[in-house]
Amino acid sequence: MAIGVGAIAKGLWVTLRNAMRKPVTVQYPEVIRPKPERFHGRHVLNRYGDGMEKCIGCELCAGVCPARCIYVRGADNPPEAPVSPGERYGYVYEINFLRCIYCGLCVEACPTEAITMSNLFEFSFTDRDDAIFGKDLLLVDPDGTPKHSGSHYDPRSLEESGGWMRATSPGGDASYEGIPGWSADAGHGVRAAEAGQGADPADPEQVLAGHRDDVGLAGRGAAPEALDFGALAKKAGLSGKETPT
Amino acid sequence: MEFDGWTALIGTGTVVAVFVVVMLMVILAVWAERRVAAVMQTRIGPNRAGPFGLLQTIADGIKLLMKESITPRQVDRLVYELAPLLAVLPAFLALAIVPFGPGFCIGGQGTDCSGGYFVDMQIANLNVGVLWFLSMSAIGVYAALLAGWGSGSKYPLLGGVRASAQVISYEAALSLSVVPVVVAAGTLDTQGIVLAQSQYRWFLLPLFIPALFFFVAALAETNRPPFDLVEAESELVGGFHTEYSGVRFMLFFLAEYVNVVTISALFVTFFLGGWTGPYPVAGSVNWAPLFGAIWFLAKTVCIIGIFFWLRVTLPRLRYDQLMALCWKRLIPINLVYLMAVAVWVAYQATGDLPRLVGGG
Repeated sequence: MAIGVGAIAKGLWVTLRNAMRKPVTVQYPEVIRPKPERFHGRHVLNRYGDGMEKCIGCELCAGVCPARCIYVRGADNPPEAPVSPGERYGYVYEINFLRCIYCGLCVEACPTEAITMSNLFEFSFTDRDDAIFGKDLLLVDPDGTPKHSGSHYDPRSLEESGGWMRATSPGGDASYEGIPGWSADAGHGVRAAEAGQGADPADPEQVLAGHRDDVGLAGRGAAPEALDFGALAKKAGLSGKETPT
Repeated sequence: MEFDGWTALIGTGTVVAVFVVVMLMVILAVWAERRVAAVMQTRIGPNRAGPFGLLQTIADGIKLLMKESITPRQVDRLVYELAPLLAVLPAFLALAIVPFGPGFCIGGQGTDCSGGYFVDMQIANLNVGVLWFLSMSAIGVYAALLAGWGSGSKYPLLGGVRASAQVISYEAALSLSVVPVVVAAGTLDTQGIVLAQSQYRWFLLPLFIPALFFFVAALAETNRPPFDLVEAESELVGGFHTEYSGVRFMLFFLAEYVNVVTISALFVTFFLGGWTGPYPVAGSVNWAPLFGAIWFLAKTVCIIGIFFWLRVTLPRLRYDQLMALCWKRLIPINLVYLMAVAVWVAYQATGDLPRLVGGG
């Protein structure tokens, strides 16, 4: 019983200590916390700095989508007024947000960084059909501002629409520390690279090593070393016997 | 002092005053519990209705009044309707013997208030006040029991069965914790118990074990966490009030908080010197009754705060732990302590210890 009293006193101290801390919650509709840089909000379709659409209608996003929520129909660019640089453009682009699981595979698949995930998440539907966003809602304005549906949103979200792409799309390889590896966005120009990915930007060997891994071409330098699992395991503090085979 | 219109008016006024004070305390307690819980969980808590969310309880009350009171088909109609009333009425009736202050004299002379009217700051100045409180809290058991039985549904039934065993067991522990107080004070009158503790001779120190056990039993008696097995929502949906909604649910909710206020007030009365305080000494100043009430309510609020603090901190006991705590710890230790107190009081009175302990 004496032990129980001690435990109760300990618990009472825990709650008392926590009562002196600042609340971790905020008054949401009035106060909006900044989103993490890689937040998976709803998608936007980006434009180049000159206002051209980045989407080329290749349908790789629709192909990779595990939820099958993306529908793309490409069309040939009209020669006199091209919509995108290149042969084709996204004529129809629809995402069903009731099916989307916000995994971001479409962003990784996109060869032109046309589709990225924004920080916008405050959208609701009164009809199932309203959940299917077409190009009218997905495509950013010529000045790079995403369209927002609904009356309540974080204005900062309109500026942060390319965050996820910067971190993980092939152009934004992690080893490109300090080197933006992606094309300019309308209204935003070339965004600054995300810091802290691990590679030392001053060391070209490290930067290139990361890139070599990515493309897997031996011709661009020495072939990457075979991974030594034993050494890795030792580094991680495991005993030699537990090395994976 | 004969009974006339003034006596009736004073009596009615006392009842209304106590009712208003207690309802205000209940309203604030419901709000305070949620705010205290929120602060201890590093949240903000209800702060929208009125300044600091003070009107949250009113808003909740209006919501519950507007909601439909659904009566399930399987219920035993009479028992089902009776249960919420049996929860609320004893809760308020138990309040009758709570002394909020020393009492004062209107228009009379001298210590016996001759020619005037003496106003007790309690609804009924019974000479068996403690017994009244114990019997009223015993009737409160029926609320959970009948609600569980009359609902005609398995979860309320389990809650009701738990209620009957838990509350009756802890009733014994609660009573045995009060008896040392009665023995030490030499009276069953709550006003007399307070007066016996004047000049800071609070019973809390000499009767620390009964005070602690009274508090534990009070938690169980009012079905507060960590003894809220009767309505354990993680096990029994809503426990005994699962099938109640709207106004009927509100009555159960109200009764719980009235019980918390009552039992906290009685803890103050029994162990913390009631309305006595550092200023002024009772009766020496014209405003003594007012100050008495302020001291009393301040002490009560502190005890209610500890109720909330424990609720946020402690996880619910398992059922066998609950019963073991009562029958194997609280009741035996209380009995031993009661005997010690009785021997001590008798020794103080007679000065003859050997004969008391049977030595000759």
